[in-house]
Amino acid sequence: MNLYYFASPATFYPLAGKLVPWFALLAAALCAVGLYISFFVAPTDFQQGEGYRIIFIHVPAAWMSMFIYVVMAFWSAIGLAWNTRLSFVMARALAPTGAMFTFVALWTGAFWGKPMWGAWWVWDARLTSELILLFLYVGYMALQAAIDDPRRADRAGALLNLVGVINIPIIYFSVKWWNTLHQGSSVSLTRAPSMAMIMLWGMLIMALAAWMYTIAVSLARARTLILERERQTEWARLQLEGQA
Amino acid sequence: MIRFLITVIRRDVLLAARRRGDWLTAQFFFVMVVSMFPLGIGPEPTMLRLIGPGVVWVAALLACLLSLGRLFADDFRDGSLEQMLLSPYPNSLLALGKALAHWVINGIPLLLIAPVLGIQFGLPAEALVILVLSLAIGTPILSLLGGIGAALTLGLRGGGVLITLLILPLYVPVLIFGAGAVEGAMSGTGSEAHLSLLGAFLVMSLLVAPWISSLALKISVE
Repeated sequence: MNLYYFASPATFYPLAGKLVPWFALLAAALCAVGLYISFFVAPTDFQQGEGYRIIFIHVPAAWMSMFIYVVMAFWSAIGLAWNTRLSFVMARALAPTGAMFTFVALWTGAFWGKPMWGAWWVWDARLTSELILLFLYVGYMALQAAIDDPRRADRAGALLNLVGVINIPIIYFSVKWWNTLHQGSSVSLTRAPSMAMIMLWGMLIMALAAWMYTIAVSLARARTLILERERQTEWARLQLEGQA
Repeated sequence: MIRFLITVIRRDVLLAARRRGDWLTAQFFFVMVVSMFPLGIGPEPTMLRLIGPGVVWVAALLACLLSLGRLFADDFRDGSLEQMLLSPYPNSLLALGKALAHWVINGIPLLLIAPVLGIQFGLPAEALVILVLSLAIGTPILSLLGGIGAALTLGLRGGGVLITLLILPLYVPVLIFGAGAVEGAMSGTGSEAHLSLLGAFLVMSLLVAPWISSLALKISVE
């Protein structure tokens, strides 16, 4: 079977429709197992007490927020290079989920920071660069929303996405350096004691759940985007009538 | 090719010289934004000296963004941008010329005003020198990166606010190194490292930004 076969929206649409429930099911199962481990199996941390359990949400969300931006850039690059419509649709479908995970990472980080550091927010290098990542997501989505012509919106967004990816390392290192110059490292996320094995497992399972959730949601979003764009074609009309 | 570049720059500078109101607005915006901070925070000299470099730099970013909205818009509206894109020279050269002209029109006046504003904030003389130096290296980066945003938002409704959302996150390193250089000069830790990094960033944006702007222009115009 040829992989390019599914690069056409008409063939990808039913494939995505078949895949969505499976990934959603996988996400729900993994999430249930992960939450069970993180709440009932993982022991209480002797330094941080129960409050540390927020990392089971926080760390997967932070991982996904960065990972999704890179995946978007991958689709954007493919779209710009080979002019494939579906790649742009995928990049666009991923953006809201990426922004959501960035926001969740910041929010849960604030909840963790209050009992541990005594402050909701500190201008730590990681926090600041995560905040700027949120700005990059918002900029991408705002540009997409402002352009009516989908072809132009796709390509302009892809270009912005790639510029952002080039800039992320520069921003990260500049913020890191700025932080160390301004204030001593009063707070550090890199803790010396290594994590208990079971905690690590809980975190990894939750990360997998977040990953499966992202795939399911972005495929579902891609399906609606495809239908919206292909509404004048014969197959899309048949699909819509079949559902009605 | 150099002739083409010079022609593009000359044309934009000449247009700006004929319509002084346009570019003076951005300069006065810069002065006013900076003057608002002492009014909001209070006139204690120690506090003002501390925030001075950052305030001047942030105001410079905003003033630059304000004028960037019109970088390609006027030429796009009367159709001359399309003609220029059809010229036999590489489009990145056009984008480079436009960005350099923007720097000549909006960046150089900022360099001349900035020391006066620095004195208002009580910055010492050596810090003023570094402030002008950091702005001299940093403002071309603002024009070059801003060109990408201006090209992407060409002809869109609400383009002015949109360009801020797109470009401000990309300005973060410039702001950090620029304001950091002045702060380094004041606190005695030295500013060479900041200025070198700013210079490196300038070289990188000179190489990459015009090319990306030209791609963005092609997307927006077609």
